[in-house]
Amino acid sequence: MALVNVTINGVPVQAENGALLIEVARQNGIEIPAFCYYEGMSLQAACRMCLVEVEKAPKLMAGCTLPVAEGMVVRTESEPVVKARKTTLEFLLSNHPLDCPVCDKGGECELQDMTFKYGVGESRFTEVKQHVPEKQWSPVVFYDAPRCILCYRCVRVCNEGMGVGALGISYRGVNAEIIPSHGDHLECDECGSCIDICPVGSLTSGIYRYKTRPWEMEHVGTVCTHCSNGCKTTLGVRNNEIVRGNNRDKSGINGEFLCVKGRYAFDFTQHPERLQTPLVRNEAGELEPASWSRALKLVAEKFKALAGPEFGVIGSTRTTNEENYLLQKFARTALGTYSIDHHRTGDVVTLIDALSGKTGQLAAIEDLYTSKAVLVVASDLAQQHPLLAGKIRANFRHHKAAVYAVTPGPVREDKIARKSIRIAEADSLAGVEQLRELLAKETELVIVFGDAVQGDKVRQLVAFGESLGIPVKYIALVDYANSRGALDMGLLPGLAPGYHAAAPGRSLQQMLDDSSLAALWVVGANPLKGGRKLAASGAFVVVQDLFLTETAQRADVVLPAASAYEKNGTVTNVCGQVQRLKKGVETVGAKTDLAIIGLLARGMGVDLGKVDADAVFAEIAASVPGYNQLPMPVILTGGAAQTHPVNGGVPASLVPGLIASARDTLFTTGSLTRYSKILNEVLEKPGALYR
Amino acid sequence: MTFSPELEAKFADLITHYPEGRQRAALIPMLMFGQEEVGSITNEFMNEVARRLGLTPMQVDEVVGYYSMLHKKPMGKYHVQVCTNVACMLRGGAELYDHACHKLGLGHKEVSADGLVSLEEVECMGACSWAPAVQVNFDFHHEVTADQLDTILEGLKK
Repeated sequence: MALVNVTINGVPVQAENGALLIEVARQNGIEIPAFCYYEGMSLQAACRMCLVEVEKAPKLMAGCTLPVAEGMVVRTESEPVVKARKTTLEFLLSNHPLDCPVCDKGGECELQDMTFKYGVGESRFTEVKQHVPEKQWSPVVFYDAPRCILCYRCVRVCNEGMGVGALGISYRGVNAEIIPSHGDHLECDECGSCIDICPVGSLTSGIYRYKTRPWEMEHVGTVCTHCSNGCKTTLGVRNNEIVRGNNRDKSGINGEFLCVKGRYAFDFTQHPERLQTPLVRNEAGELEPASWSRALKLVAEKFKALAGPEFGVIGSTRTTNEENYLLQKFARTALGTYSIDHHRTGDVVTLIDALSGKTGQLAAIEDLYTSKAVLVVASDLAQQHPLLAGKIRANFRHHKAAVYAVTPGPVREDKIARKSIRIAEADSLAGVEQLRELLAKETELVIVFGDAVQGDKVRQLVAFGESLGIPVKYIALVDYANSRGALDMGLLPGLAPGYHAAAPGRSLQQMLDDSSLAALWVVGANPLKGGRKLAASGAFVVVQDLFLTETAQRADVVLPAASAYEKNGTVTNVCGQVQRLKKGVETVGAKTDLAIIGLLARGMGVDLGKVDADAVFAEIAASVPGYNQLPMPVILTGGAAQTHPVNGGVPASLVPGLIASARDTLFTTGSLTRYSKILNEVLEKPGALYR
Repeated sequence: MTFSPELEAKFADLITHYPEGRQRAALIPMLMFGQEEVGSITNEFMNEVARRLGLTPMQVDEVVGYYSMLHKKPMGKYHVQVCTNVACMLRGGAELYDHACHKLGLGHKEVSADGLVSLEEVECMGACSWAPAVQVNFDFHHEVTADQLDTILEGLKK
């Protein structure tokens, strides 16, 4: 691309020919203020705030739509420009209620900042301000029309960013306002992107509004604990209470993207049914509150007595890598059992094995945004993996990526797909085969596949990909925040951390079915969900969880655990990218699973080394292939670092077990979301796949 | 949703007026003519038009809200429109509109209880040379005085 010479405020700069002036200025440290312009979205030129003076142009030009050209001389803060901006602000404020003291946005409002900067202290308008009452569109979205400056950001983020198109602008002149999809209410993803992107306080969040002032919160960057996409979410914490989730600093793999779960579904942490004290089954057979010391002593004694091959351990898909690692280490060494498993939701193991000897074929999230072509197989991404779907949409929007979908029903990718194939999940590979000719013409491809493709089908899919003769990367979809970490950390019968061979033990189902099981230790999982029974009626059951789940109700001892927002550690997302959790709030009564494992070990007189997140991570980095070359500065500064698991085959020692996605939608994820008030209030819940 | 054969023929013809790929341009006339037959712009009607033109219902909704001559609620059998835009205003349009309000006991976009008459204060109807202008359904009345308006309105009651 040819470079042109442009002068901005007397400073000569070089820029790509045709680049937008507002971007060129920004890249050179000069801010041209704008409300409607938004990086990555289509151009609107609605707000007139970015007017600049261009030499030889007869009047002020809008910097957001002006491509730079050779010799252009621009002034962004000259007297006529400042005067124009003041006038624009005077117009924007002509009906604005100026209720900043009670507005959620006060303190982080772009309109407030601009008014402050340009000092629009008085107005020539003497007319009575037009006022209309505030509207509630859904449990999470409120709209206050008088504050709205009609910048169209919300409309565009909903149309383009989310692919939903639930917002529009209607009426005219002074009456113009945003309208929701269903007359008086919204039916959409309830993602809240519109609220975050609003430059003023017009769209406000049902869960955050009137709770705090922005400057009174601490902002804690951590990772969402719901699906496996691993979006970074910044928790707004006030008085040890999470009041907001967003990611306005655009950091992390997701930028500012968040779905309804990441933005709102942190409220389970404050649910009244949250366990705050250990429960021990008394002689009458009822669970009664007990002190930590009594409960831990009891469990440690029992564990010591029952340790051996008849001990079963079920790990979690949402605890940290450190906790998972320590759990399997404790089980395999101190408890002397190899029966350890977790709820497997996708066949990553076979994929890694099928790719043995090859490098760089496990895709990262970014690949979905940069690859020339993407193939989605047997998954409703917009429902199950919203960030992945969002990246594909952005790739189509910005790079015209070729998108293909092979699904049993309609998916959001259809709208942008070059070709969609409707076929039963079981026949997915036949569907993929139908695309052979088209795919072979692409120059590169990322294949994303759901749990219907498992076992030999994964090998066939990889063989298909390799036969195309183009570079192909793969993503095996898994369900939960650390499903991938549970696999990597060896919560598997027959596979140790890093997919090394281990002695075989029982799979999850075998543990439930085996009547000779002496003890079962369930850490952050709910295997008895949906009426499933534990065959070993006499087994001593210990459950660590946030809530009294179906499994916890069967337990002899229940230990209250901290959620992901209440601890430090790392999690690994669906693409094998490791990110750091940062503790947002303190728990009351509960302890982290890491601390509980450490305390139990101490009670049994077992030395697990130093039990804190950093020390265990150091051990993981030293001993687990794939985690040994992670760039720590990236992780420590809130970035995501991709693991490179193996370069050889996975040993065939894995005990087969059921691999099944829970088929969660955008509004559900296992037991956590059952306790999220806001998710249970939205009209769309529970939602459905392929609809 | 089904329409009369005449309206269907009109829709079919309208769509041919615009270049390939620009069929959405037929939106406003389709809504205008459809409103005559359907009585108002119902959700069902908007969804049908959206489907035929490859738009989202939201995009149709945006347009319907923008244009004041498209009504989401049914107007009266006789829809009286009084212009108060600049030329008409200078020639007594605003007073004429006030007169109509009092005479009919209706306000802007209100419908009489029997559904016979509705009133609307409208923007320019392109009859500036004969201001003030009043339009009843698709009939124009030029240089209307208060007395003439009374006659017009009384005529509607038959």
